[in-house]
Amino acid sequence: MMPELGKYTVTVMGSYIATIALLAVLVALTLWKGARVKRALDAQEERMKKNG
Amino acid sequence: MSIWEYANPKKFMQTSSWALPFVTVGAVGCLAVGLFWGFFLTPEATNFGSTVKVIYVHVPSAMMAINIWVMMLVTSLIWLIRRHHVSALAAKAAAPIGMVMTLIALITGAIWGQPMWGTWWEWDPRLTSFLILFLFYLGYMALWEAIDNPDTAADLTGVLCLVGSVFALLSRYAVNFWNQGLHQGATLSLDKQENISDVYWFPLLLCIAGFVLLFVTLLLLRTRTEIRARRLKALEQRERMA
Amino acid sequence: MIALLTRDLRLAVRAGGGFGLGLAFFLIVVTLVPFGVGPEGGVLARIAPGILWLGALLACLLSLDRIFALDFEDGSLDLLATAPIPLEGVVSVKAAAHWLTTGLPLVLAAPVFGVLLHLPQPAYFWLVVSLMLGTPALSVLGTFGAALTVGLKRGGLLLSLLVLPLYVPTLIFGAELVRRGANGMDTQVPLLMLAGITAACVAVVPFASAAAIRVNLR
Repeated sequence: MMPELGKYTVTVMGSYIATIALLAVLVALTLWKGARVKRALDAQEERMKKNG
Repeated sequence: MSIWEYANPKKFMQTSSWALPFVTVGAVGCLAVGLFWGFFLTPEATNFGSTVKVIYVHVPSAMMAINIWVMMLVTSLIWLIRRHHVSALAAKAAAPIGMVMTLIALITGAIWGQPMWGTWWEWDPRLTSFLILFLFYLGYMALWEAIDNPDTAADLTGVLCLVGSVFALLSRYAVNFWNQGLHQGATLSLDKQENISDVYWFPLLLCIAGFVLLFVTLLLLRTRTEIRARRLKALEQRERMA
Repeated sequence: MIALLTRDLRLAVRAGGGFGLGLAFFLIVVTLVPFGVGPEGGVLARIAPGILWLGALLACLLSLDRIFALDFEDGSLDLLATAPIPLEGVVSVKAAAHWLTTGLPLVLAAPVFGVLLHLPQPAYFWLVVSLMLGTPALSVLGTFGAALTVGLKRGGLLLSLLVLPLYVPTLIFGAELVRRGANGMDTQVPLLMLAGITAACVAVVPFASAAAIRVNLR
Protein backbone atom coordinates (compact mmCIF):
# COMPACT_ATOMS: atom_id res chain seq x y z
CA MET A 1 0.00 0.00 0.00
CA MET A 2 2.69 2.47 0.96
CA PRO A 3 4.18 4.03 -2.15
CA GLU A 4 7.92 3.69 -2.65
CA LEU A 5 9.35 7.07 -1.82
CA GLY A 6 13.00 6.11 -2.01
CA LYS A 7 15.51 8.38 -0.40
CA TYR A 8 13.01 11.20 -0.15
CA THR A 9 10.71 9.47 2.35
CA VAL A 10 11.47 11.97 5.09
CA THR A 11 10.95 14.93 2.80
CA VAL A 12 7.57 13.87 1.47
CA MET A 13 6.25 12.48 4.73
CA GLY A 14 7.58 15.47 6.64
CA SER A 15 5.85 18.02 4.51
CA TYR A 16 2.54 16.13 4.53
CA ILE A 17 2.69 15.69 8.28
CA ALA A 18 3.64 19.33 8.85
CA THR A 19 0.79 20.53 6.65
CA ILE A 20 -1.81 18.29 8.19
CA ALA A 21 -0.63 19.07 11.71
CA LEU A 22 -0.77 22.83 11.15
CA LEU A 23 -4.19 22.62 9.53
CA ALA A 24 -5.42 20.41 12.36
CA VAL A 25 -4.25 22.95 14.93
CA LEU A 26 -5.99 25.73 13.02
CA VAL A 27 -9.23 23.76 12.75
CA ALA A 28 -9.10 22.75 16.41
CA LEU A 29 -8.52 26.32 17.57
CA THR A 30 -11.33 27.58 15.35
CA LEU A 31 -13.78 25.00 16.64
CA TRP A 32 -12.71 25.45 20.24
CA LYS A 33 -13.02 29.21 20.21
CA GLY A 34 -16.30 28.96 18.32
CA ALA A 35 -17.77 26.59 20.91
CA ARG A 36 -16.54 28.72 23.80
CA VAL A 37 -17.99 31.95 22.44
CA LYS A 38 -21.26 30.24 21.56
CA ARG A 39 -21.58 28.86 25.07
CA ALA A 40 -20.82 32.24 26.63
CA LEU A 41 -23.32 33.98 24.37
CA ASP A 42 -26.05 31.44 25.12
CA ALA A 43 -25.45 31.81 28.84
CA GLN A 44 -25.57 35.58 28.57
CA GLU A 45 -28.78 35.57 26.54
CA GLU A 46 -30.37 33.15 28.98
CA ARG A 47 -29.47 35.33 31.93
CA MET A 48 -30.77 38.48 30.28
CA LYS A 49 -34.01 36.77 29.38
CA LYS A 50 -34.50 35.76 32.99
CA ASN A 51 -33.84 39.24 34.30
CA GLY A 52 -36.15 40.73 31.75
CA MET B 1 -31.63 40.41 -3.79
CA SER B 2 -28.13 41.72 -3.76
CA ILE B 3 -24.86 40.73 -2.20
CA TRP B 4 -25.23 43.50 0.37
CA GLU B 5 -27.98 41.54 2.04
CA TYR B 6 -25.30 39.42 3.64
CA ALA B 7 -23.96 42.50 5.36
CA ASN B 8 -26.80 42.01 7.80
CA PRO B 9 -25.32 39.80 10.54
CA LYS B 10 -28.57 37.94 11.04
CA LYS B 11 -28.92 37.13 7.37
CA PHE B 12 -25.27 36.13 7.28
CA MET B 13 -25.74 33.77 10.22
CA GLN B 14 -28.76 32.14 8.59
CA THR B 15 -27.14 31.67 5.22
CA SER B 16 -23.81 30.53 6.58
CA SER B 17 -25.39 27.97 8.86
CA TRP B 18 -27.21 26.61 5.81
CA ALA B 19 -24.08 26.61 3.67
CA LEU B 20 -21.61 25.28 6.23
CA PRO B 21 -22.41 21.55 5.90
CA PHE B 22 -21.97 21.68 2.13
CA VAL B 23 -18.62 23.43 2.12
CA THR B 24 -17.38 21.28 4.98
CA VAL B 25 -18.23 18.09 3.14
CA GLY B 26 -16.76 19.54 -0.05
CA ALA B 27 -13.54 20.57 1.68
CA VAL B 28 -13.05 17.24 3.43
CA GLY B 29 -13.94 15.32 0.27
CA CYS B 30 -11.66 17.25 -2.06
CA LEU B 31 -8.78 17.26 0.38
CA ALA B 32 -9.09 13.58 1.18
CA VAL B 33 -9.31 12.47 -2.44
CA GLY B 34 -6.78 15.00 -3.72
CA LEU B 35 -4.15 14.32 -1.07
CA PHE B 36 -4.68 10.56 -1.27
CA TRP B 37 -4.41 10.64 -5.05
CA GLY B 38 -1.38 12.88 -4.91
CA PHE B 39 0.34 10.90 -2.22
CA PHE B 40 -0.34 7.32 -3.27
CA LEU B 41 -1.19 7.26 -6.94
CA THR B 42 1.12 9.68 -8.74
CA PRO B 43 4.34 8.47 -10.34
CA GLU B 44 7.76 9.87 -9.56
CA ALA B 45 8.96 12.71 -11.71
CA THR B 46 12.18 12.17 -13.60
CA ASN B 47 14.15 15.02 -12.14
CA PHE B 48 12.47 15.47 -8.77
CA GLY B 49 11.95 11.86 -7.73
CA SER B 50 9.15 11.35 -5.27
CA THR B 51 9.52 14.89 -3.90
CA VAL B 52 7.12 15.94 -6.64
CA LYS B 53 4.38 14.86 -4.24
CA VAL B 54 5.16 17.85 -2.06
CA ILE B 55 3.53 20.19 -4.56
CA TYR B 56 0.10 18.92 -3.51
CA VAL B 57 0.47 20.74 -0.22
CA HIS B 58 2.97 23.42 -1.17
CA VAL B 59 1.33 24.98 -4.21
CA PRO B 60 -2.25 25.22 -2.85
CA SER B 61 -1.11 26.70 0.47
CA ALA B 62 1.10 29.23 -1.29
CA MET B 63 -1.77 30.24 -3.56
CA MET B 64 -4.09 30.59 -0.61
CA ALA B 65 -1.56 32.65 1.34
CA ILE B 66 -1.69 35.31 -1.35
CA ASN B 67 -5.38 35.00 -2.17
CA ILE B 68 -6.40 35.35 1.46
CA TRP B 69 -4.50 38.61 1.70
CA VAL B 70 -6.30 39.83 -1.42
CA MET B 71 -9.61 38.78 0.11
CA MET B 72 -8.72 40.72 3.27
CA LEU B 73 -7.91 43.72 1.12
CA VAL B 74 -11.31 43.54 -0.57
CA THR B 75 -13.25 43.09 2.67
CA SER B 76 -11.27 45.89 4.32
CA LEU B 77 -12.16 48.18 1.44
CA ILE B 78 -15.82 47.22 1.72
CA TRP B 79 -15.70 48.01 5.43
CA LEU B 80 -13.95 51.34 4.94
CA ILE B 81 -16.30 52.42 2.18
CA ARG B 82 -19.67 50.94 3.09
CA ARG B 83 -19.13 50.17 6.78
CA HIS B 84 -20.62 46.69 6.89
CA HIS B 85 -19.50 45.09 10.11
CA VAL B 86 -19.57 41.55 8.77
CA SER B 87 -17.01 42.55 6.19
CA ALA B 88 -14.54 43.81 8.78
CA LEU B 89 -15.09 40.72 10.90
CA ALA B 90 -14.49 38.49 7.88
CA ALA B 91 -11.14 40.20 7.33
CA LYS B 92 -10.27 39.63 10.97
CA ALA B 93 -11.35 36.00 10.74
CA ALA B 94 -9.32 35.39 7.60
CA ALA B 95 -5.98 36.67 8.87
CA PRO B 96 -5.00 33.69 11.07
CA ILE B 97 -5.95 31.29 8.27
CA GLY B 98 -3.75 33.22 5.86
CA MET B 99 -0.92 33.20 8.35
CA VAL B 100 -1.11 29.43 8.74
CA MET B 101 -1.18 29.00 4.95
CA THR B 102 1.93 31.16 4.63
CA LEU B 103 3.60 29.11 7.33
CA ILE B 104 2.70 25.85 5.57
CA ALA B 105 4.09 27.15 2.29
CA LEU B 106 7.31 28.20 4.02
CA ILE B 107 7.75 24.98 5.97
CA THR B 108 6.98 22.59 3.15
CA GLY B 109 9.20 24.69 0.92
CA ALA B 110 12.04 24.42 3.42
CA ILE B 111 11.59 20.67 3.79
CA TRP B 112 11.57 20.28 0.03
CA GLY B 113 14.47 22.64 -0.51
CA GLN B 114 16.72 20.65 1.78
CA PRO B 115 17.27 17.68 -0.58
CA MET B 116 16.66 19.54 -3.85
CA TRP B 117 18.67 22.71 -3.37
CA GLY B 118 20.82 21.37 -0.56
CA THR B 119 19.66 24.03 1.87
CA TRP B 120 16.70 24.64 4.16
CA TRP B 121 16.59 28.30 3.48
CA GLU B 122 17.80 30.42 0.64
CA TRP B 123 17.32 34.17 0.33
CA ASP B 124 15.48 33.64 -2.88
CA PRO B 125 12.94 36.27 -3.99
CA ARG B 126 9.90 34.03 -3.63
CA LEU B 127 10.92 32.71 -0.24
CA THR B 128 11.86 36.14 1.01
CA SER B 129 8.64 37.76 -0.11
CA PHE B 130 6.68 35.01 1.60
CA LEU B 131 8.56 35.69 4.79
CA ILE B 132 7.68 39.37 4.45
CA LEU B 133 4.05 38.44 3.80
CA PHE B 134 4.16 36.39 6.99
CA LEU B 135 5.40 39.45 8.89
CA PHE B 136 2.53 41.49 7.46
CA TYR B 137 0.04 38.90 8.67
CA LEU B 138 1.61 39.00 12.13
CA GLY B 139 1.47 42.80 12.31
CA TYR B 140 -2.12 42.85 11.10
CA MET B 141 -3.23 40.32 13.71
CA ALA B 142 -1.27 42.05 16.47
CA LEU B 143 -2.98 45.35 15.69
CA TRP B 144 -6.42 43.69 15.92
CA GLU B 145 -5.50 42.23 19.29
CA ALA B 146 -4.11 45.48 20.66
CA ILE B 147 -7.13 47.74 20.21
CA ASP B 148 -10.15 47.43 22.49
CA ASN B 149 -12.77 49.40 20.61
CA PRO B 150 -13.95 47.11 17.78
CA ASP B 151 -14.79 49.89 15.31
CA THR B 152 -11.47 51.64 15.85
CA ALA B 153 -9.68 48.34 15.45
CA ALA B 154 -11.55 47.59 12.23
CA ASP B 155 -10.74 51.02 10.81
CA LEU B 156 -7.08 50.97 11.71
CA THR B 157 -6.47 47.43 10.53
CA GLY B 158 -8.30 48.28 7.33
CA VAL B 159 -5.95 51.17 6.68
CA LEU B 160 -2.99 48.98 7.58
CA CYS B 161 -4.20 46.33 5.15
CA LEU B 162 -4.35 48.88 2.32
CA VAL B 163 -0.90 50.29 3.00
CA GLY B 164 0.46 46.81 3.67
CA SER B 165 -0.81 45.53 0.33
CA VAL B 166 1.02 48.25 -1.53
CA PHE B 167 4.22 47.58 0.37
CA ALA B 168 3.94 43.81 0.11
CA LEU B 169 3.76 44.20 -3.64
CA LEU B 170 6.58 46.72 -3.65
CA SER B 171 8.72 44.40 -1.52
CA ARG B 172 8.05 41.60 -3.96
CA TYR B 173 9.66 43.57 -6.78
CA ALA B 174 12.37 45.06 -4.59
CA VAL B 175 13.36 41.58 -3.48
CA ASN B 176 13.37 40.41 -7.05
CA PHE B 177 15.84 43.11 -7.88
CA TRP B 178 17.96 42.33 -4.84
CA ASN B 179 18.57 38.67 -5.53
CA GLN B 180 17.96 36.41 -8.48
CA GLY B 181 16.45 33.18 -7.34
CA LEU B 182 16.56 29.43 -7.46
CA HIS B 183 12.83 28.94 -7.34
CA GLN B 184 11.22 27.54 -10.45
CA GLY B 185 8.64 29.64 -12.24
CA ALA B 186 4.92 29.27 -11.85
CA THR B 187 3.72 25.68 -11.76
CA LEU B 188 0.32 26.58 -13.05
CA SER B 189 -0.91 28.57 -15.93
CA LEU B 190 -3.99 28.42 -18.09
CA ASP B 191 -1.83 26.84 -20.71
CA LYS B 192 -1.25 23.75 -18.66
CA GLN B 193 0.52 21.58 -21.22
CA GLU B 194 3.52 23.82 -21.02
CA ASN B 195 4.16 23.27 -17.35
CA ILE B 196 2.93 20.09 -15.91
CA SER B 197 1.51 16.86 -17.20
CA ASP B 198 -2.01 15.58 -16.61
CA VAL B 199 -0.91 12.92 -14.14
CA TYR B 200 0.03 15.65 -11.68
CA TRP B 201 -2.46 18.24 -12.86
CA PHE B 202 -5.75 16.62 -11.81
CA PRO B 203 -4.88 15.73 -8.23
CA LEU B 204 -3.34 19.17 -7.91
CA LEU B 205 -6.58 20.79 -9.06
CA LEU B 206 -8.46 18.72 -6.50
CA CYS B 207 -6.08 19.77 -3.76
CA ILE B 208 -6.43 23.42 -4.70
CA ALA B 209 -10.20 23.08 -4.63
CA GLY B 210 -9.88 21.38 -1.26
CA PHE B 211 -7.74 24.18 0.16
CA VAL B 212 -10.14 26.82 -1.14
CA LEU B 213 -13.14 25.03 0.33
CA LEU B 214 -11.30 24.50 3.59
CA PHE B 215 -10.59 28.19 3.71
CA VAL B 216 -14.26 29.00 3.08
CA THR B 217 -15.33 26.58 5.79
CA LEU B 218 -12.93 28.00 8.34
CA LEU B 219 -13.75 31.54 7.29
CA LEU B 220 -17.47 30.99 7.81
CA LEU B 221 -16.87 29.33 11.16
CA ARG B 222 -14.54 32.05 12.36
CA THR B 223 -16.73 34.88 11.11
CA ARG B 224 -19.68 33.34 12.93
CA THR B 225 -17.57 33.21 16.06
CA GLU B 226 -16.57 36.84 15.65
CA ILE B 227 -20.19 37.91 15.18
CA ARG B 228 -21.21 36.01 18.29
CA ALA B 229 -18.32 37.50 20.24
CA ARG B 230 -19.36 40.97 19.15
CA ARG B 231 -22.94 40.32 20.21
CA LEU B 232 -21.76 38.93 23.52
CA LYS B 233 -19.74 42.07 24.15
CA ALA B 234 -22.71 44.27 23.31
CA LEU B 235 -25.01 42.30 25.61
CA GLU B 236 -22.55 42.44 28.47
CA GLN B 237 -22.27 46.16 28.01
CA ARG B 238 -26.03 46.59 28.00
CA GLU B 239 -26.29 44.55 31.17
CA ARG B 240 -23.71 46.69 32.89
CA MET B 241 -25.53 49.84 31.83
CA ALA B 242 -28.86 48.62 33.16
CA MET C 1 2.65 75.19 9.40
CA ILE C 2 6.04 76.84 9.85
CA ALA C 3 5.02 77.72 13.39
CA LEU C 4 4.14 74.10 14.04
CA LEU C 5 7.46 72.96 12.65
CA THR C 6 9.46 75.37 14.80
CA ARG C 7 7.38 74.40 17.82
CA ASP C 8 8.08 70.72 17.30
CA LEU C 9 11.76 71.36 16.72
CA ARG C 10 12.00 73.49 19.82
CA LEU C 11 10.24 70.87 21.90
CA ALA C 12 12.59 68.19 20.62
CA VAL C 13 15.66 70.27 21.41
CA ARG C 14 14.44 71.21 24.87
CA ALA C 15 13.51 67.67 25.76
CA GLY C 16 17.12 66.81 24.95
CA GLY C 17 17.47 63.18 24.06
CA GLY C 18 16.09 63.83 20.57
CA PHE C 19 19.23 63.83 18.46
CA GLY C 20 21.50 62.57 21.16
CA LEU C 21 19.71 59.33 21.80
CA GLY C 22 19.30 58.28 18.19
CA LEU C 23 22.92 59.05 17.40
CA ALA C 24 24.18 57.26 20.49
CA PHE C 25 22.11 54.23 19.57
CA PHE C 26 23.51 54.29 16.05
CA LEU C 27 27.06 54.48 17.45
CA ILE C 28 26.41 51.54 19.78
CA VAL C 29 25.07 49.37 16.96
CA VAL C 30 28.10 50.17 14.84
CA THR C 31 30.42 49.44 17.76
CA LEU C 32 28.79 46.14 18.59
CA VAL C 33 28.92 44.73 15.09
CA PRO C 34 32.70 44.07 15.06
CA PHE C 35 32.35 42.30 18.41
CA GLY C 36 29.79 40.05 16.78
CA VAL C 37 31.50 39.28 13.47
CA GLY C 38 35.17 39.71 14.34
CA PRO C 39 37.55 42.59 13.66
CA GLU C 40 38.85 41.64 10.18
CA GLY C 41 38.78 44.69 7.94
CA GLY C 42 37.78 42.75 4.83
CA VAL C 43 34.64 41.31 6.35
CA LEU C 44 33.65 44.61 7.91
CA ALA C 45 34.16 46.50 4.68
CA ARG C 46 31.88 44.05 2.89
CA ILE C 47 29.02 44.30 5.34
CA ALA C 48 29.50 47.98 6.24
CA PRO C 49 26.83 49.35 3.84
CA GLY C 50 24.20 47.01 5.23
CA ILE C 51 25.15 47.62 8.85
CA LEU C 52 25.14 51.38 8.46
CA TRP C 53 21.73 51.27 6.84
CA LEU C 54 20.34 48.91 9.46
CA GLY C 55 21.75 51.03 12.28
CA ALA C 56 20.23 54.19 10.85
CA LEU C 57 16.91 52.41 10.38
CA LEU C 58 16.80 51.11 13.95
CA ALA C 59 17.88 54.45 15.39
CA CYS C 60 15.06 56.04 13.41
CA LEU C 61 12.60 53.50 14.79
CA LEU C 62 13.62 54.31 18.35
CA SER C 63 12.05 57.75 18.49
CA LEU C 64 8.93 57.03 16.44
CA ASP C 65 6.51 56.41 19.29
CA ARG C 66 7.07 59.95 20.58
CA ILE C 67 5.92 61.63 17.38
CA PHE C 68 2.28 61.77 18.43
CA ALA C 69 2.22 60.30 21.94
CA LEU C 70 2.94 63.51 23.87
CA ASP C 71 0.54 65.59 21.81
CA PHE C 72 -2.10 62.92 22.19
CA GLU C 73 -1.76 62.84 25.96
CA ASP C 74 -1.95 66.57 26.61
CA GLY C 75 -4.71 67.09 24.08
CA SER C 76 -2.85 69.28 21.63
CA LEU C 77 -3.44 66.67 18.92
CA ASP C 78 -7.18 67.37 19.18
CA LEU C 79 -6.42 71.05 18.75
CA LEU C 80 -4.25 70.35 15.74
CA ALA C 81 -6.99 68.18 14.24
CA THR C 82 -9.48 71.04 14.47
CA ALA C 83 -6.96 73.65 13.33
CA PRO C 84 -7.48 75.35 9.97
CA ILE C 85 -4.62 73.45 8.33
CA PRO C 86 -5.58 69.97 7.12
CA LEU C 87 -4.53 67.03 9.25
CA GLU C 88 -2.51 65.67 6.33
CA GLY C 89 -0.42 68.83 6.55
CA VAL C 90 0.05 68.42 10.29
CA VAL C 91 1.22 64.86 9.75
CA SER C 92 3.67 65.95 7.05
CA VAL C 93 5.07 68.63 9.34
CA LYS C 94 5.43 66.12 12.15
CA ALA C 95 7.30 63.79 9.81
CA ALA C 96 9.54 66.66 8.70
CA ALA C 97 10.30 67.54 12.30
CA HIS C 98 11.11 63.94 13.06
CA TRP C 99 13.41 63.76 10.06
CA LEU C 100 15.20 66.98 10.99
CA THR C 101 15.81 65.82 14.55
CA THR C 102 16.55 62.15 13.87
CA GLY C 103 17.14 61.47 10.19
CA LEU C 104 19.39 64.37 9.34
CA PRO C 105 21.83 63.86 12.24
CA LEU C 106 22.07 60.21 11.26
CA VAL C 107 22.89 61.14 7.67
CA LEU C 108 25.61 63.51 8.83
CA ALA C 109 27.06 61.06 11.33
CA ALA C 110 27.01 58.03 9.04
CA PRO C 111 30.28 58.80 7.18
CA VAL C 112 32.10 59.12 10.52
CA PHE C 113 30.78 55.76 11.62
CA GLY C 114 31.69 54.40 8.19
CA VAL C 115 35.34 54.89 9.13
CA LEU C 116 34.87 52.54 12.07
CA LEU C 117 33.64 49.83 9.71
CA HIS C 118 36.35 50.29 7.05
CA LEU C 119 33.82 51.46 4.51
CA PRO C 120 35.54 51.54 1.09
CA GLN C 121 36.52 55.00 -0.17
CA PRO C 122 34.09 55.43 -3.10
CA ALA C 123 31.14 54.40 -0.96
CA TYR C 124 31.12 57.47 1.33
CA PHE C 125 29.49 59.68 -1.25
CA TRP C 126 26.82 57.10 -2.01
CA LEU C 127 26.22 56.43 1.67
CA VAL C 128 25.34 60.05 2.29
CA VAL C 129 23.26 60.27 -0.88
CA SER C 130 21.31 57.09 -0.15
CA LEU C 131 20.60 58.00 3.47
CA MET C 132 19.66 61.52 2.45
CA LEU C 133 17.17 60.12 -0.03
CA GLY C 134 15.97 57.20 2.06
CA THR C 135 15.54 58.53 5.61
CA PRO C 136 12.62 60.86 4.74
CA ALA C 137 10.69 57.76 3.68
CA LEU C 138 11.56 56.15 7.02
CA SER C 139 10.22 59.16 8.90
CA VAL C 140 7.02 59.36 6.87
CA LEU C 141 6.31 55.64 7.19
CA GLY C 142 7.15 55.95 10.87
CA THR C 143 4.46 58.59 11.36
CA PHE C 144 2.01 56.15 9.81
CA GLY C 145 2.95 53.48 12.36
CA ALA C 146 2.85 56.05 15.16
CA ALA C 147 -0.58 57.22 14.01
CA LEU C 148 -1.91 53.66 14.09
CA THR C 149 -0.67 53.00 17.62
CA VAL C 150 -1.12 56.43 19.17
CA GLY C 151 -4.02 55.51 21.44
CA LEU C 152 -2.39 52.37 22.81
CA LYS C 153 -0.75 52.01 26.20
CA ARG C 154 2.18 49.87 25.16
CA GLY C 155 2.39 50.62 21.49
CA GLY C 156 6.19 50.62 21.20
CA LEU C 157 6.76 46.98 20.36
CA LEU C 158 3.69 46.78 18.16
CA LEU C 159 4.89 49.87 16.35
CA SER C 160 8.14 48.13 15.41
CA LEU C 161 6.26 45.08 14.19
CA LEU C 162 4.03 47.23 12.00
CA VAL C 163 6.67 49.58 10.64
CA LEU C 164 9.63 47.31 9.98
CA PRO C 165 8.02 45.33 7.13
CA LEU C 166 7.18 48.65 5.48
CA TYR C 167 10.86 49.56 5.59
CA VAL C 168 11.90 46.58 3.47
CA PRO C 169 11.90 48.22 0.02
CA THR C 170 13.72 51.33 1.26
CA LEU C 171 16.33 49.23 3.02
CA ILE C 172 16.89 47.01 0.01
CA PHE C 173 17.44 49.82 -2.44
CA GLY C 174 19.35 52.01 0.02
CA ALA C 175 21.84 49.34 1.00
CA GLU C 176 22.10 48.14 -2.60
CA LEU C 177 22.95 51.65 -3.72
CA VAL C 178 25.82 51.90 -1.24
CA ARG C 179 27.06 48.41 -2.09
CA ARG C 180 27.12 49.17 -5.78
CA GLY C 181 28.79 52.49 -5.08
CA ALA C 182 31.45 50.71 -3.05
CA ASN C 183 32.15 48.27 -5.87
CA GLY C 184 32.12 50.93 -8.54
CA MET C 185 29.11 49.42 -10.29
CA ASP C 186 26.24 51.17 -12.02
CA THR C 187 24.19 52.99 -9.39
CA GLN C 188 21.44 54.48 -11.48
CA VAL C 189 18.71 51.88 -10.99
CA PRO C 190 18.73 51.68 -7.16
CA LEU C 191 19.21 55.43 -6.96
CA LEU C 192 16.11 56.11 -9.01
CA MET C 193 14.09 53.41 -7.25
CA LEU C 194 15.04 54.76 -3.83
CA ALA C 195 14.17 58.30 -4.82
CA GLY C 196 10.91 57.10 -6.35
CA ILE C 197 9.87 55.19 -3.24
CA THR C 198 10.64 58.17 -1.03
CA ALA C 199 8.77 60.57 -3.28
CA ALA C 200 5.74 58.28 -3.37
CA CYS C 201 5.80 57.79 0.40
CA VAL C 202 6.05 61.50 1.10
CA ALA C 203 3.18 62.17 -1.28
CA VAL C 204 0.76 59.41 -0.31
CA VAL C 205 1.42 58.06 3.18
CA PRO C 206 0.41 61.27 5.06
CA PHE C 207 -3.16 60.66 3.86
CA ALA C 208 -3.15 57.21 5.44
CA SER C 209 -1.60 58.58 8.65
CA ALA C 210 -4.15 61.36 8.85
CA ALA C 211 -6.97 58.85 8.36
CA ALA C 212 -5.58 56.75 11.19
CA ILE C 213 -5.33 59.76 13.50
CA ARG C 214 -8.91 60.77 12.74
CA VAL C 215 -10.03 57.28 13.72
CA ASN C 216 -8.02 57.42 16.92
CA LEU C 217 -9.40 60.80 17.93
CA ARG C 218 -13.00 59.78 17.30
